[in-house]
Amino acid sequence: MDLHLRVWRQKNSETSGKFVNYELKGVSEDSSFLEMLDILNEQLVEKGEEPVAFDHDCREGICGMCSLVINGMAHGPERATTVCQLHMRHYSDGDTITIEPWRAKAFPVVKDLIVDRGAFDRIIQAGGFITARTGSPQDANELLIPKPIADKAMDAAACIGCGACVAACPNGAAMLFTSAKCSQLNLLPQGQPEKDRRSLAMVAAMDSEGFGNCTNYGECQAVCPKEITLDFIAKMNRDYAGARIRHFFGKAI
Amino acid sequence: MAVARTMSAAKKVILPSLVKKYLMAGSGIILVLFVLGHMLGNLQFFGPPEMINAYAYHLHHLPGHPVTLWIIRAFLLACVVVHIAMAVLLVKENREARPQNYAKQGFRESDYAARTMPMSGLIIFAFIIFHILQYTVRVVPEHYNATIGQAPVEVSHLQLEYFDVFAMMVKGFSSPVISIFYLIAMALLCMHLTHGVASMFQSLGVRNEVWRYRLKCLATAYGCFIFIGFASIPASVLFFGHGKAYLAEKEAEWAKTPAAEVSVIDAQAAHTQFVTLNEGR
Ligand code: HEM
Ligand code: SF4
Ligand code: FES
Repeated sequence: MDLHLRVWRQKNSETSGKFVNYELKGVSEDSSFLEMLDILNEQLVEKGEEPVAFDHDCREGICGMCSLVINGMAHGPERATTVCQLHMRHYSDGDTITIEPWRAKAFPVVKDLIVDRGAFDRIIQAGGFITARTGSPQDANELLIPKPIADKAMDAAACIGCGACVAACPNGAAMLFTSAKCSQLNLLPQGQPEKDRRSLAMVAAMDSEGFGNCTNYGECQAVCPKEITLDFIAKMNRDYAGARIRHFFGKAI
Repeated sequence: MAVARTMSAAKKVILPSLVKKYLMAGSGIILVLFVLGHMLGNLQFFGPPEMINAYAYHLHHLPGHPVTLWIIRAFLLACVVVHIAMAVLLVKENREARPQNYAKQGFRESDYAARTMPMSGLIIFAFIIFHILQYTVRVVPEHYNATIGQAPVEVSHLQLEYFDVFAMMVKGFSSPVISIFYLIAMALLCMHLTHGVASMFQSLGVRNEVWRYRLKCLATAYGCFIFIGFASIPASVLFFGHGKAYLAEKEAEWAKTPAAEVSVIDAQAAHTQFVTLNEGR
């Protein structure tokens, strides 16, 4: 199939970018979206032009690197799918495809379609861990965790940190990511000792990175490739309120 | 390392994001409950004129009057102030967090009501100011205290003369411009509530994927209920002339008695209670 591509090109975070049009001919519908971009890049290199920079790594939907907004949708038209798992059979001959980077103040563009998601790492550093004793492992069944709780924690832990939730949010809010990373530990017994400190610190880190606030639009959930739900945001809202109250009365650490 | 801050500086946080949302939702709940009570109370407009007039009398003579009413007003005002202050902060920060928009953003989940909260809120705010100037202070578009007289009300088996609220409402809504402004404002309030009422549960952390859809239905039903209740009043006057005969009759009556004489009435000599025209504020 032949495609009209409108791709965001931007030299670095200091300069402003613009859309550049490319005509790409003879794309197989069996190729993946990223392979389609690879083909484009090969042609650009052959012509002596600068290839389009985009993030990717595993190409199997588990690493969270790929990050494209296609025709206004983060990760493209398919639900619960990372863009690396998107195939060209969802497009037809003659389509115009607009490709943009994640857009949020907290995710500055590094080059073309690549953004800096270091802000997520700093949120994790603030509290997305448990302070564990190292040394000999404890017995696996020593801590009993009810199945529904373990399942819920696993659902939260499915977040691959791609940032699509921020990209899709008109407010550039990182609530879905932060709530998933907060909840995967807050739900489990191992996470309890640091629960209040974690909730307070991760929300504080999220705010200071310049992410927006939640208006409860639900766009984040709709684009999340791992189907993280708004339940975790509600849970974070509860956990944070409890932590604040205990902190006020001097009990939270 | 890789996680070193590339942004210029950490954002100065005025209030934690979640605290702003708690305040938004908390003030929202109180306004939601107030609006329901206010709407149900106003439906007495469809009873005999004495009904809403007596209701107005009671509101202005709550136990502990006049302090009680002022406490309630101050509390509601505080809620509006908090709600607006948070709205301004949130909207400002949210715009800053997305400095550049997509060529054309796609939406899957959010509805029109959710995306227009600031605009519907702003128009509702303008409406609230007009509404208070019209029916509480009674100076817009005319001085009702001068143009509307009194009507009999029965209060604990006593016959009193009290400001004719029913007539004022009919008079106010006889103006098509005002009635239509009220209808538009109520439609926007309905929209604001279809998102707001569902959203406030999420902000306070009491919602899940099962209740999300139920609460959305509840919020939609609530918004429509509020709209129908409030809109029925101006609509009944504008389109069906409700109360116009009564108003004409009363206006003829007031024209015969000079206002000065009705302004102070010895309600009951033994209790030396005076009810003045202006007292109904
Ligand atoms: C006075 C003018 C008003 C303004 C400027 C205003 C503005 C707003 C805005 C911008 C939001 C969305 C906040 C966000 O993005 O998170 C909101 C939410 C809300 N508003 Fe209003 N509003 C007003 C009046 C009202 C009234 C009269 C009511 C109730 C009868 C109300 C009930 C709500 C509720 C329940 C929410 C949801 C809170 C949440 O998201 O947790 N608002 N308002
Ligand atoms: S919550 Fe979903 S969309 Fe957001 S970073 Fe995690 S996997 Fe990506
Ligand atoms: S490249 Fe790893 S998730 Fe898409």
